[in-house]
Amino acid sequence: MESVAQNIIPSKSATGIEPVIEILHLQKAFGSNVVLRDFNLSIYPGENIVVMGKSGIGKTILIKCIIGLVKPDGGTMRVFGQDISKLDHRELDELRMRIGFVFQSSALYDSMTVRQNLEFPLRRHRRKKISGNIEDLVREALKNVGLENAIDLMPSELSGGMRKRIGIARSLILNPEIVLYDEPTTGLDPITSEEITRLIMELQQKYKTTSIIITHDVDLAKETANRIVFLSDGIAYLQGAYDELIKKDDPLIKQFFKK
Amino acid sequence: MAAELNKRKTLFSKGLDSFFEGCAELAGFTAQVFKEGIKPPYEFREILSQCYEIGIKSFILVGVTAFILGLVLVMQSRPTMVEFGAGSFLPAMSSISIVREIGPLVTALICAGKIGSGISAELGSMKVTEQIDAMEVSGTNPFKYLVATRITATTLMIPILTVYADCISLMGAFTGSNIKDQVNIHFFFNRVFEALAYKDIVPSFTKTFFFGFAIGLVGCTKGYNSKKGTEGVGKAANASVVIAMLSVIVIDMVVTQISSMLGYL
Ligand SMILES: Nc1ncnc2c1ncn2[C@@H]1O[C@H](COP(=O)(O)OP(=O)(O)O)[C@@H](O)[C@H]1O
Ligand SMILES: [Mg+2]
Repeated sequence: MESVAQNIIPSKSATGIEPVIEILHLQKAFGSNVVLRDFNLSIYPGENIVVMGKSGIGKTILIKCIIGLVKPDGGTMRVFGQDISKLDHRELDELRMRIGFVFQSSALYDSMTVRQNLEFPLRRHRRKKISGNIEDLVREALKNVGLENAIDLMPSELSGGMRKRIGIARSLILNPEIVLYDEPTTGLDPITSEEITRLIMELQQKYKTTSIIITHDVDLAKETANRIVFLSDGIAYLQGAYDELIKKDDPLIKQFFKK
Repeated sequence: MAAELNKRKTLFSKGLDSFFEGCAELAGFTAQVFKEGIKPPYEFREILSQCYEIGIKSFILVGVTAFILGLVLVMQSRPTMVEFGAGSFLPAMSSISIVREIGPLVTALICAGKIGSGISAELGSMKVTEQIDAMEVSGTNPFKYLVATRITATTLMIPILTVYADCISLMGAFTGSNIKDQVNIHFFFNRVFEALAYKDIVPSFTKTFFFGFAIGLVGCTKGYNSKKGTEGVGKAANASVVIAMLSVIVIDMVVTQISSMLGYL
């Protein structure tokens, strides 16, 4: 009975290590549209989790709950051991500095240059003592993504792949411990997708981040994931390493991995 | 027949529904603006840059329109006034109409179109491309940084633009008086300022702050709540123009009633 959903409720006692992100019985609905029904997942330090699932199934909502952009209807969500529903404005800001979020649409500020885009998180998170000067941090972030020459361009002058890279650079500029990627290769050509995949892997190794990557891109999943989680029907339907999952005889997984 | 009536009824009640929904949306948004926007720290730099944007975007349009309206006002009323032997009242008449009504209303309507739609299109596209979310995770309260600053800027700039429009429009009126006649500029403006009293200036200047607030508020509400997709952004911009213009006219009427009750008319 391989295809039966395994809605595993993780327990930290089993492993002894504290999870960085612990999601328990997460629920979210928009009116009658139940998006997350009972989602459970624990992510341990250094893990790279890939979340897969159909479009519109609730993947973006899931990671927006983690960073507090979407308020869940029920369940608990602990990040670095803190229950995020109990944080005030200031504590939430401090938590968010430790998490990078790469938006699906890159979300570069249209009215600002690349430089100002990258400076924005540095200048706005005033409470943190930024180590090093802003100019150097911006240059280093751009160097990481191979776009040092783009520093004075406007977002409208960048290609889709470049926008993604700048978006990644901006999310990583505060040296976050967790990075959440929302479909980083969707809408890009195969060559650019591969470049972004390689970039994500390089950055993971360089900064030793814990990450959640949402994607439909099997190559990206195969390359980066320690564990793949399938989101379906509002729960963590199936999870496991790529090699385990590919052997499963589950219709949903077959569809994703069929090529 | 009954079906027809029923259809009309549903159309009417739908309209009523969406009217009340719109009011609730605006009220909720206003409450949130005050709740989030009033607490320090304030975004002074953003307020300044928004004021600058608004000024730059509208001063030519407002100036040209105001000039032409002043000119046309004099040219059209001159024949009648001369016929009644009231030609010498032209400066006083233009001064009162311009300062009391034409200047404030025209400035507000132009800004409702240009600034209101601009704000809502900008915020709408920031919303659908997740830029607002990105700000929020970067330690910035979008209500303070984007919304409160824009509303403050429109509230401050519409009065300033109105004063400017009044001046330009009076220049237009002076030009209009000189097309058929030779009018001395000192004489004209002496008459203009003689005609103006405290009760002409105060209510009409006060209402421009309300105009500005309404324009900013409507533009931000519609933009911030716009639906996903490019179509949503277009609809939001469109709705914001219609609602902002209507609000301006309604505020104008209410202020006129109140000032008449207070004996300002
Ligand atoms: N602000 C919202 N209001 C209403 N419904 C929403 C909203 N945001 C997302 N949804 C709904 O939630 C579901 C999941 O959305 P999302 O997480 O973006 O899907 P995806 O898995 O493609 O990332 C979709 O059906 C979408 O219609
Ligand atoms: Mg999504």
